[in-house]
Amino acid sequence: MPDSTSAPVLELRGVSKRFGAVQALTGVDLAVHAGEVVALVGDNGAGKSTLVKTIAGVNSPDEGEIVWQGRPVTIRGPHDAQKIGIATVYQDLALADNLDVVGNLFLGSEISGAGILDEISMEGRSRELLDTLSIRIPSVRIPVASLSGGQRQTVAIARSLIGDPKVVMLDEPTAALGVEQTAQVLDLVERLRHRGLGVVLISHNMVDVMAVADTVAVLRLGRNNGFFDARRTNQEEIISAITGATDNAVTRRAARTSEHGSTEAGFDASFDADFGPDDRPPAGP
Amino acid sequence: MSQNPNSSPEEPGGAGERRDSGAPFGTPGSAGGPGAPPAGAAGSESEAARETVETMVPAAGSAADPRLLARESGVSGYWAEFMRRVKGGELGSLPVIVALAVIWIVFWALNSTFLSAQNLSNLSQQIVGTGMIALGIVFVLLLGEIDLSVGSVSGLAAAVFAVSSVNNGVNQWLALLLALATGAGTGLIHGFFFARIGVPAFVVTLAGNLAWNGLMLNVLGTSGTVNLPNDDIVSKLYNTFYGQLAAAYSVAAVAVALYAVVAWLGRARRVKAGVPAQPVGEIIARTVVLAIVAFGVAYVFNQYKGLPLAPLIFLIFIVVGDFILRRTVYGRRVFAVGGSIEAARRAGISVPFIRISVFTISGFMAAVGGLFLAGQIESASQTSGGGNLLMNSIAAAVIGGTSLFGGRGKTWSALLGALVIGSIQSGMNIQGLSNSIQYMITGAVLLAAVVIDSVARRTQKASGRA
Repeated sequence: MPDSTSAPVLELRGVSKRFGAVQALTGVDLAVHAGEVVALVGDNGAGKSTLVKTIAGVNSPDEGEIVWQGRPVTIRGPHDAQKIGIATVYQDLALADNLDVVGNLFLGSEISGAGILDEISMEGRSRELLDTLSIRIPSVRIPVASLSGGQRQTVAIARSLIGDPKVVMLDEPTAALGVEQTAQVLDLVERLRHRGLGVVLISHNMVDVMAVADTVAVLRLGRNNGFFDARRTNQEEIISAITGATDNAVTRRAARTSEHGSTEAGFDASFDADFGPDDRPPAGP
Repeated sequence: MSQNPNSSPEEPGGAGERRDSGAPFGTPGSAGGPGAPPAGAAGSESEAARETVETMVPAAGSAADPRLLARESGVSGYWAEFMRRVKGGELGSLPVIVALAVIWIVFWALNSTFLSAQNLSNLSQQIVGTGMIALGIVFVLLLGEIDLSVGSVSGLAAAVFAVSSVNNGVNQWLALLLALATGAGTGLIHGFFFARIGVPAFVVTLAGNLAWNGLMLNVLGTSGTVNLPNDDIVSKLYNTFYGQLAAAYSVAAVAVALYAVVAWLGRARRVKAGVPAQPVGEIIARTVVLAIVAFGVAYVFNQYKGLPLAPLIFLIFIVVGDFILRRTVYGRRVFAVGGSIEAARRAGISVPFIRISVFTISGFMAAVGGLFLAGQIESASQTSGGGNLLMNSIAAAVIGGTSLFGGRGKTWSALLGALVIGSIQSGMNIQGLSNSIQYMITGAVLLAAVVIDSVARRTQKASGRA
C-alpha cells in the first residue's frame, strides 16, 4: 500500500516559522509518500495548523525547504500549492451553502466555454467523482445546506480532488461528526490512499488515527517529537509523545516492570527507548 | 436512473448507503431495520427532519435528481415536491404572486378600471424605471450588501443626459452612453471603497447618495430643470408603442418559441450526456403556461395602444440578467460570494473583483432606470431620483423575493416587486388616496416581505436548507 520505498511526493526539511516572538515551528521534518496516510498529531498549539498552512502556501517558511517530487519548491500562495498538486480541506470546510453540490465541487474551477457554464459536463464529472469515491449523497443538485455534517465533509474532500492533486491535507475531518459519519469519512480517506494519493491527516482522535494512518508524526511545541509506524505502535506511546509525558510516573513504572523490577531504571534511557530510529531530541523542558 | 443502485463492491461505501436509504423510508415503524442507526430513527421524530430525509431517500443509490421522483409519480409528485418546498421555507416567488393577485383583485373590486387595458398598459410602463433600478439592487442583495445611492445615481444620470444633449448639443447616443458610464462609474467608486478599502457598503453608498445628489444639482446648474424634447431618444424609449396587432403577438410567439427550443435542446443535450433531464411533460407544461401569460399580456397591450417598448426592454434586461446569474461563471461566483465569502476566497475567486463589478452593475442599472424615469416625465429636474424612489427600488427587489441575507434571489423578483409596488400606487391613485396612505401601505408591504424572508430563512435553517 504505502509506497515508502520510493522518494516521497512531499518532503519538508527543517522547516521553521516564527510569528513575532513566537517560534511556531522549529526544524520540522515530514515526508509523505504516494498512497500513504500520514497522521499529524499534537496538542493544541503544537504547530499542526501552522505546518499545514505552510505546506498549503498560506504561510511561507522562514527556514528550511519544501521538496516536491524530489525538487525543492517555493510555495508563494495557496494557488501555487494547488497548482503543484497539494489540496487542503480546512476544518471549517468553507462550502457555499446556497450552491448545490456541483456548484461547490467546481467552485473556482468551473468548466465553461466563453464564460458560460457547462453544467452538463460538470454534473457528469461530479457524479463520476462521487461514484468512484462511493460518496452517498441524495442528489448532486441540492444545496449543500441540506446535507448532513458527514456528507458535507465528504463533499469538501471530493472538492479538493477536482484539480487532481497528489497530496491531500485534511484538517480535523472527523471533528464534530457522529460515529457513522466518522466511519464514512475514514472510509473515504482509505479510498484516497487506494487511489495513490498522499494524505496528511490532522486529528485529535487517536482511534481515528490508529484506524487509517500508516505513519504518525507527532509535533510538540513546534518540533518533531517522533515518527511512529502505525502498525507497530500503540495509542499510549503516541499520547505520551504528544504530551511529552514520556517521563512520568507511569512510564517509569512501566520501564521498571519491563526491566524485571529493577529499581534503578535510567531516566534518560527510558525516554530514548520509546522512540523509533528517526526521532529527534524532545522539545524543551 | 435514480433506481439504478451503484454497484460499487466496496464494503465501506455500502455501509454509508444503508444509512441513507435504510433509515426512514416513509416507514418510521421499521426504522430499526438492518443498518438503520439509532441516530436516524431518533431524528425522524420531528416533522421537519422527516421532510428532509424523505427527499434524500429516492436517490440514495446514485447521485440522482429529486425531480425524477416527481415525474414518476405524476402531478401528485409535483404537488408533494411543491408542498415540501413551501414547508421547508423555499417560498421563491410564491408569496409575491399571491400578494399581486390579492392586490389586483382588491383594486379591481373597488374600481374595475384598475384592470382595464389602458391602466395595465400604463402600469407596465410606469414600473420600468423602478424595476430597472431594482434589477441592479438584486445583484447587490445577492452579495448580502445594500446600495443606498441608486436614487441619487439615477437622478445624476438623467441630469447628465439632459444637460449634455439638450444644453450642450452633444449627440444623443453619445449623451446616453455618457449617462450610463456615469452610473457605472459611481458604482465603480462605491465598489472600490467597499471592496478595497473595506468601508461597509452601507456607509459608502449612503455617502454616495448625498454626494451624487450634490453633483446632480451642480450639473443641472442654475436652471434647475431641463426639459427633454419629446422626439428625444430617452423620451422615445419610454413612450414608443408598436401599434400593429402583429407586433405584440409576434414578440409573444418568439418568446415562447425561444423558450421551448432552448428547453428542448437543453434536455436533448442532457439526455445524450446521460445526466438527469427535465421531463418532457414539465417542458410542455412550462411552455404552455408561458404561452398563456405571454399571449394574455400581448392581448391586453393590443386592447390599448399596442406593444410598449419600455417593458419589452425591461424584460430583455431581466432575461439577460437571469442568464448572467444562472448560466455564467461570473454569476455562479456572485452567488458563491453571497453564500460564503470564505468559500469563495478559498476557491480562488477574487472577492474584491466580484464586489466591485456588482456595485458597478448596480450603478449602471440605476442610470438605466434614471433615464427611463426621465423619459417618463420628459425632463430632468432637481427632484429627479429623489422622493421614495430609493426605498421603492430596494423594496421591489425584496418584495419580489430576493433575500436581504445574500445568496438567494432572481432577477425576476425585480419585475414582480416593481409590479406589486406599481400596482399599489396605481390602484391608490385611481381611488384618489393621498400619498400619505400610499407610503404607509407600501411600507407595510415591504415589512411583510422582509418578515416573510426572515421567517422563510428560519424555516430553511430548521429544515437544514440554509
